[in-house]
Amino acid sequence: MGIEKFIFYIFSVLLIASASMVITVRNPVKAALFLVLAFFASAVLWLLIKAEFLAIVLVLVYVGAVMVLFLFVVMMLDINIERMRAGFIRYLPLGILVALTMAGMLIWVVSGDGSAFNHSVLHGPSYSNTQALGLVLYTNYVYPFEIAAVILLVAIIAAITLTLRRRPNTKHQKPAEQIAVKRHDRVRMVKMKAEERK
Amino acid sequence: MPELSDYLILGAILFSLSIAGIFLNRKNVIIILMSIELMLLAVNMNFIAFSHFLNNIEGQVFVFFILTVAAAEAAIGLAILVVLFRNRRSINVEELDTLKG
Repeated sequence: MGIEKFIFYIFSVLLIASASMVITVRNPVKAALFLVLAFFASAVLWLLIKAEFLAIVLVLVYVGAVMVLFLFVVMMLDINIERMRAGFIRYLPLGILVALTMAGMLIWVVSGDGSAFNHSVLHGPSYSNTQALGLVLYTNYVYPFEIAAVILLVAIIAAITLTLRRRPNTKHQKPAEQIAVKRHDRVRMVKMKAEERK
Repeated sequence: MPELSDYLILGAILFSLSIAGIFLNRKNVIIILMSIELMLLAVNMNFIAFSHFLNNIEGQVFVFFILTVAAAEAAIGLAILVVLFRNRRSINVEELDTLKG
């Protein structure tokens, strides 16, 4: 067994163990942390088949942004864990049955001699995965790439508008009204005679 | 060197685990969202394995887009969760029956 296969098995076991901890652990904060571990393990597995850019992006985007968001939300909400856990035992046999059936069928389909499918080429040291990805992404896929950017923009706006809270009695400025104001709204010119000093 | 079927079996196990997670934690929206993230990870694993073993970079392009959409989905899902908790003081799925669907 070569060193690559050894690394593959180590991190696959780590990935499956942390994924099963995510779905069974009691505390949602611990579940989020186990999900971080799962992402790290799969980043290593992606590195192993030379998808360097996506492995780094997985760590940066998922561990650095999405999971931090999850942790923030989990810690902001006051969750009654015991009531959330009700029904765990009741649905355990059904969940295990469905998962085992599905895993069994999928493995039955995809397992077998995969060597016929192996068209991978060994690139030299000057090969850059990021450059190869960029060459395709910015030419053939530039239109989907821009749609992805729009999707992210929509997500930003949606998340902000959903969670923005307007309290009616807070004091705040309205810049539009401030700009639109005219002189006669604020200043009243009064004509009067000069008075004599007493 | 691990083969294509090794990665596909790993993806299948990961996907089944996340389906089991949705079944087991059907009251907790946060764990359900985490299970969906695990599902997308399993799909991405398959895409990257095929991309490497068929020597075609376009599978990695698709993983790029899936990561983008998954990040957007997580952000909006968590925002909905925060609003939900603010209004209902609970994120129990079984109490969310006002639509009578």
